[in-house]
Amino acid sequence: MTNFVRVLLLQDYNTRLVLCGTLLFGACGGVVGAFMLLRKKSLVGDVASHAALPGIGLAYLIMESISPGSGKTPVWLLLGAGAGSAAGLYCAGLIQRTRLIKEDAALGIVLSVFFGFGIVLLSIVQSLPTGSAAGLTEFVFGKAAALTAGDVASIAVASLIVLSICAVAFKELSLLCFDEAYAAALGWPTRQLDLLLTSLVVAVTVIGMPSVGLLLVVAQLVIPPTAARFWTDRHGPLTIVSGVLGALSSAIGVLASALVPRLAAGAVIVLAGTGIFIISMLFGTRRGVVWHSLGQFSARRRIGQLDLLRTCFEILEQSIGDASPVECDLTAIPISRHQLLDARTWTEARLRNVLAAAQRDGSIRLDADGNFRLTVEGTRLARRATRNHRLWELYLIHFAQTAPSRVDREADEFEHVLEPDLVEQLEVLLEQDRVRARVPVNPHA
Amino acid sequence: MFSEFLQRLSVWEGIDTWIAVTGALAAMACALPGTWLVLRRQSLLGDALSHAVLPGIVLAYLGMSWMEEIGWLADPSHVSSATGIGRVAEGMSLVARRQGALFIGAALSGVVAALLSELVQRWGRVERSAAMGVVFTSMFALGLLLIRLFADRAHLDPGCVLYGNLETTAFDTIGGTMIPQAVVVNAGMLLINGLLILLFFKELCLNTFDPELGAAQGLKPGWVSLGLMSLTAATVVAAFESVGAILVIAMLIVPGATARMLTDRLPTMLGLSVIVAACGAVLGHVFALTLPAMVYKYGFGLDQRVMDASSAGMMAVTTFGLFMMAVIASPRHGLGRVWLDRLRLQLRIAREDLLGGLYRREEAAVESPSTSPQQSNIPRMSLLQWFARNSLIRQGLIQVGAAGDTLTSPGTTEARNLVRSHRLWESYMARHFDLPDDHLHATAEQVEHFLGPELQAELAAELDQPTTDPHGKTIPHGSEN
Repeated sequence: MTNFVRVLLLQDYNTRLVLCGTLLFGACGGVVGAFMLLRKKSLVGDVASHAALPGIGLAYLIMESISPGSGKTPVWLLLGAGAGSAAGLYCAGLIQRTRLIKEDAALGIVLSVFFGFGIVLLSIVQSLPTGSAAGLTEFVFGKAAALTAGDVASIAVASLIVLSICAVAFKELSLLCFDEAYAAALGWPTRQLDLLLTSLVVAVTVIGMPSVGLLLVVAQLVIPPTAARFWTDRHGPLTIVSGVLGALSSAIGVLASALVPRLAAGAVIVLAGTGIFIISMLFGTRRGVVWHSLGQFSARRRIGQLDLLRTCFEILEQSIGDASPVECDLTAIPISRHQLLDARTWTEARLRNVLAAAQRDGSIRLDADGNFRLTVEGTRLARRATRNHRLWELYLIHFAQTAPSRVDREADEFEHVLEPDLVEQLEVLLEQDRVRARVPVNPHA
Repeated sequence: MFSEFLQRLSVWEGIDTWIAVTGALAAMACALPGTWLVLRRQSLLGDALSHAVLPGIVLAYLGMSWMEEIGWLADPSHVSSATGIGRVAEGMSLVARRQGALFIGAALSGVVAALLSELVQRWGRVERSAAMGVVFTSMFALGLLLIRLFADRAHLDPGCVLYGNLETTAFDTIGGTMIPQAVVVNAGMLLINGLLILLFFKELCLNTFDPELGAAQGLKPGWVSLGLMSLTAATVVAAFESVGAILVIAMLIVPGATARMLTDRLPTMLGLSVIVAACGAVLGHVFALTLPAMVYKYGFGLDQRVMDASSAGMMAVTTFGLFMMAVIASPRHGLGRVWLDRLRLQLRIAREDLLGGLYRREEAAVESPSTSPQQSNIPRMSLLQWFARNSLIRQGLIQVGAAGDTLTSPGTTEARNLVRSHRLWESYMARHFDLPDDHLHATAEQVEHFLGPELQAELAAELDQPTTDPHGKTIPHGSEN
């Protein structure tokens, strides 16, 4: 228990250090990933990270052959990683110039072959008398738990540079992602901006290698932005939320792996991100599944009510025969459950639910014989619902040349989204100069 | 250096042959479905599958170790008492059970991944590639986590996952024989892939190149997709133990891509991809044996016996080398061919421009002899123009004279043809496009080289056989006049 508390309150120096490093990386990954998500080029991060491996291997070998023993200087290795990523992306571009090999195959080739070359280099390093590949494989799987202060300092500096570039060039990069052709037409240097964005991805890869390892860097580029999409629709807030979610997943991951032994920190960070994604997908304020379902549920309920009232009105119309619906007192005529079932394709259960809801709302009441009657309020609503429906049917028949036998279903769907001003426009269109309460004649009769 | 190479190669042992054979069989088995993936632009699927099956494979390993504990599955270190055929049969059934367990694990994992991806797409209304990215990276992370957690129980280490264990799997032989289990597994997979692709060749073709037509004829696209995906997944699982999760992607895509560069015909492409895969694998192992020593000697000055490089990695790199060779040297689509074609075109254009320039000079001299410039040659010619001029002289189209070059009779015919094209095009543009007069020349300068005789005749007919162009110059008669 004390361990739990100790970790959570960040009393452990090591945990604080690791948290710092991974938080910044998470934020970076989220922000840059937001741009890549919009450009639909998330796989580029995967290629950049896999292609970094031979860069690391070569940097090590070159350093070792120049001055033995200095091969493992982090700066060198990370520079090599960056160079490897850049070379890989350039190669992918070259391969696509054949025009026979498309983007997906080119990226897949570079990803796997460069990684294979990296493996070969690592195995060569392994058998050098001076070296072991252990320090290098840390870059593949990450060594989040073993970050040093020096590592964290470099991560911090690099992250801040990346984040400030994103902030300064936000407008330009956003336009590039949304409408490249327009940006080019405005005279902006789209190729250079594209290059900038790619460099940012490479930078994020290099930053992320010590913490989550290069295999999982792409996860931090893909998952936070997709999760952030459920919280907002606007690009600025999306980028910020994405950064926050990335940092949050890093934090949760680091704390969880500090609490439970033998959990690989990198993998736990990614899985924490997945957990955040699931929560966002369900409960996100803009497009969360839960809110969407609730909204659909309440819309369905409202539609059911209006359909019921319209059906009642139509049944009543038939009962009163030639008399005008405006003059009669519609609240006095009983409607049986049987009639309602006949008129619509509802199941018994649904009918029961809808009737119960209508009674609760006060538009229908149950009379002594077990039949239903409209209340005054119910009559008003029923008139309006039927009028909307019939107006739309008339519009479809007269202006959209739809056969009368086919308008009912379409009108059924459209009538519920008719706003009052649209209804007025329809009336004007059909040149009706009528009293508001009057309802057009049923075209099916 | 070459003798060094041969010397290193001389340590080739029996086990090396088995390693090379295993690698080759794995590569060939992967190349067959992989070529289809490349053609269908679904290479990403190979990447996604190899990431997504990881948790399933790890769980399968766990399951197998549990089964070994309770005795359902024979302990691999257990020495069998059977002999001869019985022992081989026992070995084969062990292989079958192991592969079966792995395949079931991977299949479940793959199905879960596909379902989740579909769910995220539908419920979350997320775009397809983003949904796949989220699901597959999460599952890969889960797999890595499980490996770390259960490393000791599952006989699996993270490195093995990534790049396989080709060198040591060669030692896992079928009881009583020298044949590694991996050989049997991959050979079996190769056979299955070959048979299925042969059987369903028509369906695969139809669905790949015209899915709508196939659907109209009753071939459900979903079935073909599912079938190919399952086949790919099975192949990935079979090759997994040999080359690991990442390099199997190379084996799926690179041979197919190489074959695509070499030919446009589908059956040839499939055959070539298998050949390329096999060559890449064997050569890869050769280089894995020889390369480290060379690197040490020439890079570090060390001359000692060193460990071989990773064979699987080297196989991927070598196959890539074959791919790059195809990209550059392919007779149909190679960059070398493209460059050559472009050079030939530039030469033709330079020749025609020279001829046209001479014709115009002579025309100007005829029209206004006193004011035309007396130039002997084009000053400061580029290399290309020099070649062009030489070839014109050689072919007798121009004559070198004291006062400069002049057109011979055949040269004049060709020059006249070119100038006719130029001026016809200017007339055409002047009539149909709303351009000022000084905008016509530049475009016509480019288009004139690409108007063949039929097009020329069409233009002349359309313009009612004009005699002057918009600038007032005479349009020369065509060769038919």
